[in-house]
Amino acid sequence: MTTSLIELSYLLAGVTFIVALKWLSSPKTARTGNRIGAVGMFVAIIATLFHQGVLRFEYIIAGILIGAVIGTVAARKAPMTAMPQMVAVFNGVGGGASLLVAWAEYWVLAPGKHSLDVPISIAFTVFIGAITFSGSMMAYAKLQELVSGRPIVYRFQQPGNIALMVVCLLLGIYLVWQAPAGPAMIPFYVLMVLSLVLGVTFILPIGGADMPVLIALLNAFSGLAGAGAGFILHNHVLIVAGALVGSSGVLLTQIMCWAMNRPVSNVLFGTFGATVQVTGAAAGKTAQAIQADEAATLLAYAQRVVIVPGYGLAVSRAQNETRDLMKALEERGVEVKFAIHPVAGRMPGHMNVLLAEADIPYDKLVDMEVINPELERTDVAVVLGANDVVNPAARSDTGSPLYGMPIIDVDKAAHVIVIKRSLAPGFAGVDNDLFYMPKTRMFFADGRDALVKILQELKNV
Amino acid sequence: MAELLFALNIFILATFVGFEVISKVPRLLHTPLMSGSNAISGVSIIGAILIAGAVGDPGRTILGFFAVILGAINVFGGFVVTDRMLQMFKRQPGDDTRR
Repeated sequence: MTTSLIELSYLLAGVTFIVALKWLSSPKTARTGNRIGAVGMFVAIIATLFHQGVLRFEYIIAGILIGAVIGTVAARKAPMTAMPQMVAVFNGVGGGASLLVAWAEYWVLAPGKHSLDVPISIAFTVFIGAITFSGSMMAYAKLQELVSGRPIVYRFQQPGNIALMVVCLLLGIYLVWQAPAGPAMIPFYVLMVLSLVLGVTFILPIGGADMPVLIALLNAFSGLAGAGAGFILHNHVLIVAGALVGSSGVLLTQIMCWAMNRPVSNVLFGTFGATVQVTGAAAGKTAQAIQADEAATLLAYAQRVVIVPGYGLAVSRAQNETRDLMKALEERGVEVKFAIHPVAGRMPGHMNVLLAEADIPYDKLVDMEVINPELERTDVAVVLGANDVVNPAARSDTGSPLYGMPIIDVDKAAHVIVIKRSLAPGFAGVDNDLFYMPKTRMFFADGRDALVKILQELKNV
Repeated sequence: MAELLFALNIFILATFVGFEVISKVPRLLHTPLMSGSNAISGVSIIGAILIAGAVGDPGRTILGFFAVILGAINVFGGFVVTDRMLQMFKRQPGDDTRR
């Protein structure tokens, strides 16, 4: 009887997870959906406590309390600008939990008493869980700039990674083959350590601007690790949840890659942006600078303004000043919209979260495809900390590494103001022709400083 | 092996459901989608609880204990941070009152 009730609770939890994801399709229902998912999780956890194998509670309660405090405090305190790191860490601990589950199950693997699927699932879960854990921590270190955000490359990097992967596969096969005789801990630990190493070396060559793809991929991995734990324990709610998260991660990875017009293999193994190539565009061309008063005048007398935010906005934490600019312009009757490139920032949807935090209504955050036709009718486009996603070379220059990437067509607006600290190339390492166009004015400043100055000058216009 | 095939069945069907549901999530909400689905992947805490609550090998219990901690960080952190983000998206278009 109890077993059926537990199974029913798991079914209910699985349904709430699907509902939670389904209600994410609209900002109106999303928050309720998330809470329904949390309730489902709560039910599943409580039900598990009634499992006949659960005989003591001290470690469970202590563990949940410790984890709940750490998780809740981290989630509440982290600034929105640090969300990519936060998501990376949470991905990592999820993978780590699955890894430990696999480890604990292998520890007590009884000789000859199990079917083949248990050791197969264990080997798989250890591999994926370890990569998710160390990879996410490495991604965290890169995003937090504890290590350089640029791709880190060394000789024989990709062959080395492939060799590591092959060794892991062979070790996995050995563990499965060895399983009927009971656990072989030494090869198991070797597999675990090599997988942890692979998680780090696999992330090293991936650069900062490719982080949206990487975070989505690690999201998928954390789901697969969870599903793997479900296969080990024959627990269906783990399998369902893992599959849901896995598909979400895979889909997001795919969307991010489409948005850059690069196959996922190129993102993962291409060491994109490792070398800075200065193309001919820089030679002999001069960019025209603009001061705050001129920029304010230009904006104040415009009818339609489109602001294109990029990672620079997150770096200078200018989201509140951006909102103030929007309000100041709207008070003058200027229509203001935001053009959001799918890979702007360091994770999928990064810009949306930042701007929403500053109380900018979400109907003003417009996707690239929707805003592009409107740019021809736009008086002033303001590029705020974005670079590669507005580089016209992506449309025209077949030799550019950016060629084929869909961009926001700011060059079609009547005037362009680029707020940027210098003319330095963006992540892709290529020069941006936009900066040298006759209609473009460069405002050389930190994003927030520039906005504060423009806001002051706006009062005098 | 029958158990494995049954489990694979569930896994594959759930994957299709996942693709179907998630393809309808707008780009606006991609970050909450990631953190929310991430919280869901913390469901491996259930496996951790089963291990930490079992009587037997002490080494295994310790592993279970740490797995419960990691799982709880994932679950609590994930749901709380997602809620925090989604609360920022609650304003209706055209509604100009501050929350």
